Amino acid sequence: MAEVKLLGAWGSPFSRRVEMALKLKGVEYEYIEEDLGNKSPLLLKYNPIHKKVPVLLHNGKPIAESLVILEYIDETWKTNPILPEDPYDKAMARFWAKFLDDTCMPAIWQIMWSKENQREKAMEEAIQHLKTLENELKDKRFFGGETIGLVDIVANFIGFWLGAFQEASGMELVNKERFPVLCRWIDEYVNCSVVKQNLPPRDKLIAFLQSRFSASSWKY
Amino acid sequence: MAKSDVKLIGAWASPFVMRPRIALNIKSVEYEFLEEILGSKSQLLLESNPVHKKIPVLIHGGKPICESLVIVEYIDEVWSPGPAILPSDPHDRALARFWAAYLDEKWFPAMRNIVTAKDEEARKALMDQVGEGLVLLEGAFSKCSKGKGFFGGDQIGYLDIAFGSFLGWLRALEKMNGVKLMDETKTPGLLKWADSFSSHPAVKDVFPETEKLVEFAKVLAKFKATLPK
Repeated sequence: MAEVKLLGAWGSPFSRRVEMALKLKGVEYEYIEEDLGNKSPLLLKYNPIHKKVPVLLHNGKPIAESLVILEYIDETWKTNPILPEDPYDKAMARFWAKFLDDTCMPAIWQIMWSKENQREKAMEEAIQHLKTLENELKDKRFFGGETIGLVDIVANFIGFWLGAFQEASGMELVNKERFPVLCRWIDEYVNCSVVKQNLPPRDKLIAFLQSRFSASSWKY
Repeated sequence: MAKSDVKLIGAWASPFVMRPRIALNIKSVEYEFLEEILGSKSQLLLESNPVHKKIPVLIHGGKPICESLVIVEYIDEVWSPGPAILPSDPHDRALARFWAAYLDEKWFPAMRNIVTAKDEEARKALMDQVGEGLVLLEGAFSKCSKGKGFFGGDQIGYLDIAFGSFLGWLRALEKMNGVKLMDETKTPGLLKWADSFSSHPAVKDVFPETEKLVEFAKVLAKFKATLPK
């Protein structure tokens, strides 16, 4: 029986975050693909509260919520730490990870699914938050410094998924003119080997998003 | 550490502010409490938390830390030795963080929305949600406490702080709506825990009185009514 198992979904940025961390630390794991339209008994058993992926199983004990899992992974496997040692720097990393998930992501999501007359306002809000993020990045190679850290891992949806969304929908939020620093980070990020290995196939993701958009008769 | 080295910007009624206060008390850290006034944000707050402009903000040696649970973890890491706030075992830590996230992302928003519910039906639906959540939390309590008095075991810990900080408002809501959301039949463990928590030495001086919160809720409602839509 494999010691570490991951219940995930190929297109989920949350699931891919966990894979990135496990691969970064050289942890062997068994990956179990979940069909989110038909959730397995295993998923319902190990994440009864949210019934979502990712769920990490370590020695049979489940852990859910990607940020919680990332901290668990960092505490359990010490190679290539993803959080800084210094408590203040650690607090900053946690702050920005939270900002990404609680503030940036919902704002970007809002653009995708808001009605036409609300879209401009949603765009403005997302731009504001991304500018805040860009300001934090400044001239650092990665949010984590010279190597990727927690914040870079959590920002995977900006690093990759956003580009796929933009191509699938025709919406343009992030471009070089508006976000030169963020675009520079995106280029470095997707070319980073541990990131590259843990991204879904771009064409498959775009096709999937396009089908979702057309199914909801959403037009940008 | 000199008192002036540790400042906390907050407000007495905020459950989020209560969290770092309890954490600092557990570690016996003296700090200067800077109370924000409803309706205006101090220059210090705007400078220390430019991203969210919200309380609490801990300022330690001049450096600001924001987000209540991030602050609690910081306090635990900086002031060690001292009674541990997070459990030592990584899986127990993950469990505590999981439930804290559940509280902040699912349970508290439902509770908070009861006040602004558009009609009786909506209010009831939210109260049911809060009640169901409490049953889940009763289960979490059995699991985490392992027969002891707190989520953290013998001593109050991270999840006690994360959840306990909402008790004042939960009681105020029960009073304002004439209901019992936490009761002997569905959540006996939590009921007992709530008493132990609110009377704990690290908690009791910062635990808001139900009556005061009920009064404050009225003030808050009036204030919110004046805000632009």
